[in-house]
Amino acid sequence: MSTAGASERIPGALRERLSDAVSQLAAAGALIVVFVLLAIVSPDFLTANNLFNIGVQAAVTAVIGVGMTLVIITAGIDLSVGSVAALAGIIGVSSMVSLGFPPFLAILVGVLTGVATGLINGFLVSVANLNPFIATLGMLSAARGLTFVSSEGQAVFATEESFRLFGQGEIASIPVPIIALVLVAVAGHIVLTRTRLGRYAYAIGSNREAARLSGIPVRRYVGLVYVISGALAGLGGMIAASRVFSGQPNYGTGLELDVIAAVVIGGASLFGGQGTIVGTLIGAFLIALIRNGSVLLDVNLFYQQIIIGVVIWLAVYWDQFRRRRIAASSG
Amino acid sequence: MSSEAEARTKEPVVRLRGVSKEFPGVLAVDGVDLEILPGEVHALAGENGAGKSTLMKILSQVERPNAGEVEISGEPVEFRGPGHAQRLGVAMVYQEFALAPHLSVAENLFLGREPTSVGFINRRAEKEKAAELLGRVGLDVDPGRLVSSLTVAEQQRVEIAKALAIEAKIVIMDEPTATLAEKETEELFEVIRDLSSRGISILYISHHLDEIFRIADRVTVMRDGKVVETKPTSELDEEELVNLMVGRQVGNLYPKPEVEVGEVLLRAGGITREGVLRNCSFEVRSGEILGFAGLVGAGRTELARAVFGADPIDSGRVELDGRELQIGSPQAAIDAGIGYLTEDRKGAGLALQLGVDQNITLANVPTKAGFLDLGAEQRTAEDRSEQLDIQTPTTKRKVQLLSGGNQQKVVVAKWLEARARVLFFDEPSRGIDVGAKAEMFGLIGELAKEGRGIVLISSYLPELLNMCDRVVVLRGGEVVGGLNREEFSEERIVALATGVEEAA
Repeated sequence: MSTAGASERIPGALRERLSDAVSQLAAAGALIVVFVLLAIVSPDFLTANNLFNIGVQAAVTAVIGVGMTLVIITAGIDLSVGSVAALAGIIGVSSMVSLGFPPFLAILVGVLTGVATGLINGFLVSVANLNPFIATLGMLSAARGLTFVSSEGQAVFATEESFRLFGQGEIASIPVPIIALVLVAVAGHIVLTRTRLGRYAYAIGSNREAARLSGIPVRRYVGLVYVISGALAGLGGMIAASRVFSGQPNYGTGLELDVIAAVVIGGASLFGGQGTIVGTLIGAFLIALIRNGSVLLDVNLFYQQIIIGVVIWLAVYWDQFRRRRIAASSG
Repeated sequence: MSSEAEARTKEPVVRLRGVSKEFPGVLAVDGVDLEILPGEVHALAGENGAGKSTLMKILSQVERPNAGEVEISGEPVEFRGPGHAQRLGVAMVYQEFALAPHLSVAENLFLGREPTSVGFINRRAEKEKAAELLGRVGLDVDPGRLVSSLTVAEQQRVEIAKALAIEAKIVIMDEPTATLAEKETEELFEVIRDLSSRGISILYISHHLDEIFRIADRVTVMRDGKVVETKPTSELDEEELVNLMVGRQVGNLYPKPEVEVGEVLLRAGGITREGVLRNCSFEVRSGEILGFAGLVGAGRTELARAVFGADPIDSGRVELDGRELQIGSPQAAIDAGIGYLTEDRKGAGLALQLGVDQNITLANVPTKAGFLDLGAEQRTAEDRSEQLDIQTPTTKRKVQLLSGGNQQKVVVAKWLEARARVLFFDEPSRGIDVGAKAEMFGLIGELAKEGRGIVLISSYLPELLNMCDRVVVLRGGEVVGGLNREEFSEERIVALATGVEEAA
């Protein structure tokens, strides 16, 4: 700990604030650089159509990323989101097909499917005290299995035409998934910055024992973040299902890795206590841009994955670098 | 201890010349000259941030100096990292031990230098050598035991044995008594004297000035990264040392206010937790400072945690203002008006990555219509910072970056904000500066004056003797006695705590 004189403290405070902003600026900077580069090299890039397309592609990752951000802030992780999204798609669409539910109810069923898996994850993590990695790894497998069992391994095709609206429709010429993303992101941002849930998530991730001894019902809040993550995975799954007008049992394999990458690129720490919605959005859009740009520039699909891997390394390396500098300057 | 005259004629083990280390914006160590003689116990004193830790890190090659020379046994050293420092004979006993808890004592002692025969680890040789080393540090445990099964004091002994295993010429000890009980401290001093008589030098860092006078031959005082003075301890007294460290006159370390003790606020009866606490009862009155004395492991922290609901109990009652509390969760205790300042501030008291403001309101976040009231939070944080004189450029600053004394005040502010009327202070002076200590005890006195009930847990008897109205002594999880201020004496408390002299 530094006990530098008051005169030395002020630049320190400025530096640490700037540095917080800079970590997001770095990701945002990368986003802008990639954006500008693509705009220059590809004539097809800067079209409304393509930009909306990127937004829609980023939407599912980002919507699920909002829940993941909460989980990661509590020093947890949710590996099950990809499987849960697929399960939600199957169950949601099935409810439309076999029970005749209208699309909005079917979407609700999808979200509730996510809630149910989230409740189990939350129970395993906060009551049974399983490590989050293990608890949700189990759910990754179990939910995927359940997806195949309930669909018998076949895609389930939707019946109500209006279900297409959710993933493919537009309101005031803005694609619905983008509108859904904005609503979820704004709500997520408010939750994180303006509610007890958000505050306690940061406190729990920063120091679980201190949070408990401050009277915060840690288990309840930890359980809750997994429920929210599950719900948003369900919602993301329904957006994806609407886009292909069916529930696909194979959907979302590896999606959890994209989502975690987006959150981490956005400056969240896997050790907890840090992360923002804005950062996660930047991360999700950066990944979508790289994917989109690779398609436009005809870059091999396999290279995309390499690029994304390198971006993850760079983002996290940068984050650690700046954190070490803060730590060093405080002696 | 080798005689001083003899030591002076020898080549210093360690010689620093003009050593400086700069971190962005801070000159942590500033042109330090230092000589440590063979077999000398050399204390390093100074407030937090004076540069002691950085200096230790330079010696153990964790940090590379920006300027200056380091010589070991007369040879200038190259900086290649901690492993290199060890090979040169510099061993470090960290405050938080650097042992692998899942490995055995023997495995830890030879980690990285395992004795081998034909390429395989020779487990028998390892155990035999380990037993010998453990003997030299007076530790009687099976080398095959897992480190995690040892007590803190025993683990420390393993660390010291590890220093012997690398044939250290100098052993650096950072606050070695911080987690030890009185008796264990005595035993440690025995070991230190023994090492010193074998010609091994000790660089001893401690906030406990009395220890410096008891164990060290010479003391070097640092302030703001510079060496202020190096002197034989025989030529100094405690007050002079404090003044050198702080650079100004420090008033009374324990400003106990005159307070009229009032009604009983908190009454705990028959608190029992299988294997930990047995039938513990005590009461705290308004305006009273009650001390919990006892050896480390006697159950002082455990009793506080039980009353606070941090740990489950098997039986017992807690009353506040004569009303029985439903104990068992910190939430219930906090709602009733109890606060607990943990011994381990960073591990259990603060959310280090959050701001001063957010830590202050952690136990009682202001809300409006279900949303956080950030305006009210900021006002609260500013008011409390001013009230408790928390030194921070802004209330948004992460508490991680505050000094120990200021961090402690943030925790106090949190409990005041939670409207705590009974406050448990568990080792509140641990890891904070001399100046900050006086301020902390002043604050404790103020809180008592306002009619709060204070429970002070401390392993350092002068703190209890000076601050408390009454002391209860614990031993082996039981309350074995209580003393009023008129009856206070160090001997009586030690006798009760150790059970040596039951009849007293």
